Amino acid sequence: MSTAFEYSPDADRIMSVSLGPQHPGAGHFRIRLWLDGDLVVKADPDPGYVHRGEEKMSEYRNYIQNVPHLERPVILDSSGILFAYSLAVDQLMGNKIPPRAEYLRVIMAELNRIISHEYYLGILGLFVGQTTMITWCMGDRDLFIDLGARIAGARVTFAYIIPGGVRNDMPEGLQVQAFETLDWFDKRMDEYEKIFFKNPLWEERSKGVGVLSREDAIKLGATGTVLRASGVAHDIRKAEPYGAYPEFDFAVASLKEGDCWARGYVALQEMRESVKILRQAFKNIPPGPVRLKLGPQPRVPAGEVYARTEAAHGEMSYFIVSDGSPKPYRLKLGVPSFKNMRVIPHLLKGIHIADIPPVYWGLNYWPVEADH
Amino acid sequence: MQPADSEKNAGMNAGQKRAVAKTPPVTPAPSVIEVGPSVPTKGPAPAPPDTSRTFDLADEIAGRFPSAKIDYVRPRRVKVTVPPDKIKVVALYIRDVLGFDHLNVVGGTDYIQQKEFEVIYFVGSISRPGQQDLVIQLAERVEREDSPKVPSLTDVWGAAEYHERETFEMLGIVFEGHPDLRRLLLPEDWNDIPPLRKDYVSPGR
Repeated sequence: MSTAFEYSPDADRIMSVSLGPQHPGAGHFRIRLWLDGDLVVKADPDPGYVHRGEEKMSEYRNYIQNVPHLERPVILDSSGILFAYSLAVDQLMGNKIPPRAEYLRVIMAELNRIISHEYYLGILGLFVGQTTMITWCMGDRDLFIDLGARIAGARVTFAYIIPGGVRNDMPEGLQVQAFETLDWFDKRMDEYEKIFFKNPLWEERSKGVGVLSREDAIKLGATGTVLRASGVAHDIRKAEPYGAYPEFDFAVASLKEGDCWARGYVALQEMRESVKILRQAFKNIPPGPVRLKLGPQPRVPAGEVYARTEAAHGEMSYFIVSDGSPKPYRLKLGVPSFKNMRVIPHLLKGIHIADIPPVYWGLNYWPVEADH
Repeated sequence: MQPADSEKNAGMNAGQKRAVAKTPPVTPAPSVIEVGPSVPTKGPAPAPPDTSRTFDLADEIAGRFPSAKIDYVRPRRVKVTVPPDKIKVVALYIRDVLGFDHLNVVGGTDYIQQKEFEVIYFVGSISRPGQQDLVIQLAERVEREDSPKVPSLTDVWGAAEYHERETFEMLGIVFEGHPDLRRLLLPEDWNDIPPLRKDYVSPGR
């Protein structure tokens, strides 16, 4: 929301304050705020507290060794970040992925989308004083982590989607637990809607707050729920279908308001669509092998590739330059939170301090991912 | 403000009235917004991944700008290399005439053997239907030196601001005309060559 406020360089009047990095909810992230009273006149994001040089690290490791460390920036959505990587490497090598592996990739990516959105809605609720959301969401999130753990063997950092397919097959009889969870979760999402999205207190705090117009969203390069809440129904799963996604029937959720309420609600609707995809995937999963034999150190032909997927936070993209050696010559990681970071100073300018929590935590922003 | 859904939130109406009464007067009251159900978008059937559309794009760019070099044309991807002094014109053409309005990411590569840096802009399209799956990779090459200079594209795609700051600190490429070219991710006390250059060796390697 932009108010008719003009920046005044009057030093006595303007105070500079740091939000984070010690703030319990800001993550490893600082925003410098310039305040006039309780109005934010300028905001300057300061990322980098957890910068680990993922891109440089990738140049020292071969394509398989890169799998576990590349998912570290966004452990909430570990399959989302690896899906794009595997897609890029598969395209470079010309791998033909077995159909069962394509389905398992979709299953894991959608499980991770739910896991990530649950965390997002929980944290969003917590910081606007709706603590029911964090207790409910964290509890329900664990059911999906358990499902993922039964498939992948690890709990949060699944390292499941790898170049050439997936790491292992899912156990037999998993569908029973999966359908039970999905049935139960359908009811839970209706309850989220009642207690959180239809709650007058949350509506009061979020509707019309932090409005991002459609033009600004495109101009500032927003992705994911932020973009779709601003009236742009752009989802890479539909726009540039990859993997097994063309075989599934699902819709892209989008709202035209562009405020904090819409951003949260789009995430909820996306979880509904993910449940729809998961049901179809568990029902129709074809039999067959789940990975190609690439060997421990696959040779990747020289060339370059740009692949992108729709991860939970938005558009995840990889640009890989290979010189024919077992290690990437250059790996450029385009993470959605970094793209959405440009929106933060735009939205924070001109709002009250009390509006910062719904705006900042409504952006589905994950500082570790932005820092990569 | 919107009236609450009286049947579903019967018990919360009292709370809502209180909250409405307390609205601070400083904030302009949010305009009434119709909140509809989320719009399910089926979208047109995905275009088959052939190269005809990307060849058309490549032809258009190459026909308009003789200095542009088409590196490759693939299904959904075109890579165009232009000289740094022409990149802004080509970028404006790509944005306004071809309709590629959404900057995805900016990358940079250090080709140490060719003694060149490559800066590459990945641009997608959102507003124009039928080409939402295409990505134009707009690249420029600049001689490898301590602080090579290329023009900034922040006024073409606003999203380029942080991406260019990252490329600046990671490769040491200076973007001329950038409104606020500072370090972004590296620590304040970083006192070494830019880390994504190939002659920088990570500690312990």
